Amino acid sequence: MSSPKLLEVRNLRVEFPTRRGTLVAVDDVSLDISAGEVLGVVGESGAGKSMTGAAIIGLLEPPGRIAAGEIRLEGRRIDNLPYHEMRKIRGRQIGAIFQDPLTSLNPLYRVGDQLVETIQTHLPLNQAQARARAVKLLEDVGIPSASERINAYPHQFSGGMRQRVVIALALAAEPKLIIADEPTTALDVSIQAQIIQLLKRLCREHGTAVMLVTHDMGVIAETADRVAVMYAGRIAEIGPVQDVIKRPHHPYTVGLMGAIPAMGHKVERLTQIDGSMPRLNAIPKGCAFNPRCPKAFDKCFRDRPEPMPAGTSQAACWLVQEPAHV
Amino acid sequence: MIAFIIRRLVQAALVMLAVAFIAFAMFNFVGDPVAIMAGQDLPAEQRIELRKSLGLDDPTPVRFARFVGNAVQGKFGLSYRTAEPVGKMIVERLPATLELSVMAMIVALAVGIPMGVFSGLYPQHWLSRAMMTVSLIGISLPTFLIGILLILIFAVMLGWLPSFGRGDVIRIGGWSTGLLSVSGWKAIILPAITLGLFQMTLIMRLVRSEMLEVLRTDYIKFARARGLSNRAVHFGHALKNTLVPVITITGLQLGSIIAFAIITETVFSWPGVGLLFLQSVQAVDIPVMAAYLVAIGLLFVLINLIVDILYFVVDPRLRSQSAKAGAK
Repeated sequence: MSSPKLLEVRNLRVEFPTRRGTLVAVDDVSLDISAGEVLGVVGESGAGKSMTGAAIIGLLEPPGRIAAGEIRLEGRRIDNLPYHEMRKIRGRQIGAIFQDPLTSLNPLYRVGDQLVETIQTHLPLNQAQARARAVKLLEDVGIPSASERINAYPHQFSGGMRQRVVIALALAAEPKLIIADEPTTALDVSIQAQIIQLLKRLCREHGTAVMLVTHDMGVIAETADRVAVMYAGRIAEIGPVQDVIKRPHHPYTVGLMGAIPAMGHKVERLTQIDGSMPRLNAIPKGCAFNPRCPKAFDKCFRDRPEPMPAGTSQAACWLVQEPAHV
Repeated sequence: MIAFIIRRLVQAALVMLAVAFIAFAMFNFVGDPVAIMAGQDLPAEQRIELRKSLGLDDPTPVRFARFVGNAVQGKFGLSYRTAEPVGKMIVERLPATLELSVMAMIVALAVGIPMGVFSGLYPQHWLSRAMMTVSLIGISLPTFLIGILLILIFAVMLGWLPSFGRGDVIRIGGWSTGLLSVSGWKAIILPAITLGLFQMTLIMRLVRSEMLEVLRTDYIKFARARGLSNRAVHFGHALKNTLVPVITITGLQLGSIIAFAIITETVFSWPGVGLLFLQSVQAVDIPVMAAYLVAIGLLFVLINLIVDILYFVVDPRLRSQSAKAGAK
């Protein structure tokens, strides 16, 4: 890991104060993203994947807030910036793509106007230059006859085409990092692969790093350089994608991988992880995975494991330290 | 788009026909016109003669057709009370009512929308809470009470503004306007506020709840994620999306402002059609009442037509829907 870190997240904690006590949605999460790298973030619904992404671009929905930790972009701390400072970073340094392209675009504005508006917010271009750039962006994301379609309204595009427009918008000001929050979940399976390929190609061309939040391991395997597996607001395992898939250390990751049908292997039944993720207000003492873990031993019920080196990865599991229990 | 407008015009014509029928029915059911016109001691033969000469003997459909034919030309007969042509009476008084109503609506929109936007953006701010409380008063106080209170404060106690009338009126063609003289402007302030206050609170609450709704949507979140300024997000992206319901309500309320300016006009002795209507009701002046009914019906229909067209201007999705519907 000698390449300079683009994004560093250290001990991030996101809390939601509610009437019945404080919910910890993200707990003590640390991760890095290098320039041009694709970091996949996987986990079940409510594992804190999207919350981590929202915290990084400073768009946590109130009353959610960053309670502890820090976020650095190219060494500069960004989690405590005032709103108007953070606004200049959003779009310009860190772009975002959300899950549902059908609702991400304002229905009352032409896509061209939304592009031009974004471009002119961040780049010193006049109307004509910004428009030329908008057409170029639409061509880049594979919209046919872009110079005409620029005048269309969002509802005149299909779901897949709209997600392309969203990607164009996210890339409009050449950000260094894009947070893609389940960019393909709302799309047809046949379109999903196209969109992922497009995102991958554009980010390689522009040298943009991506934090790809998804619950689709297949997408991660194909796209990501490294992967972080999240469980109940914490990172269970993080490491190079091939290592995590082929040699998972955390029992949760092992369970996840067992649940993916593999090509070429004839398996009667896919393994499944019994039970479900604990609710945020009922996370057990010790390791949060202990009620479902087939290998849990006494220490797992007592102490919470921090991520610790395990081969090329890091895994938050006591088994890494005490392999005798395996 | 054009097909849509034609369809709406046909609907509007049907609505007007229904309104005209109700107006026409008033002549027949609210007393006998001959009995009202003629004295008690008129001989029976002359009564029949009069009935025949007025065409009251003809079958109902024929009389209704004649009524509609006259109404289209603006002829509603003579007033029982003043013996003037009714059409002329209404047309003379309509400018006063329209000016008052439009001013009231402008006041309501100019104050209500910014207040709604503010309290939608900062729902926790003390000013928002204050506005919500005050708006409750605005909604619950009856119009005449507000009018009388305003007269008491600004006309009687402070003496700044007149308490009745329209001030100096200047005639431009068939339109008499009070908006070209200082006294006219002074005279319209209090009634316009009185009439617009309820609409203002209504619009404020509507804009507020729509803003709260829209600010939660994904496209607002995405607009923020693109780094747009707060002003662009709030006023460009959010406010425009709240406008469709605001236009609907504004249109409907403008209609009812015109129709129900009666109370405000009475409180301020405003020489508009509302005051005329009230005087006519007291005198059982049926031709005026019928004409008023038709005129208000026409205004409602016209306003609704304009509102429907405005939807198309604001929301591009409707345009393509009607294009698709037209292609079928």
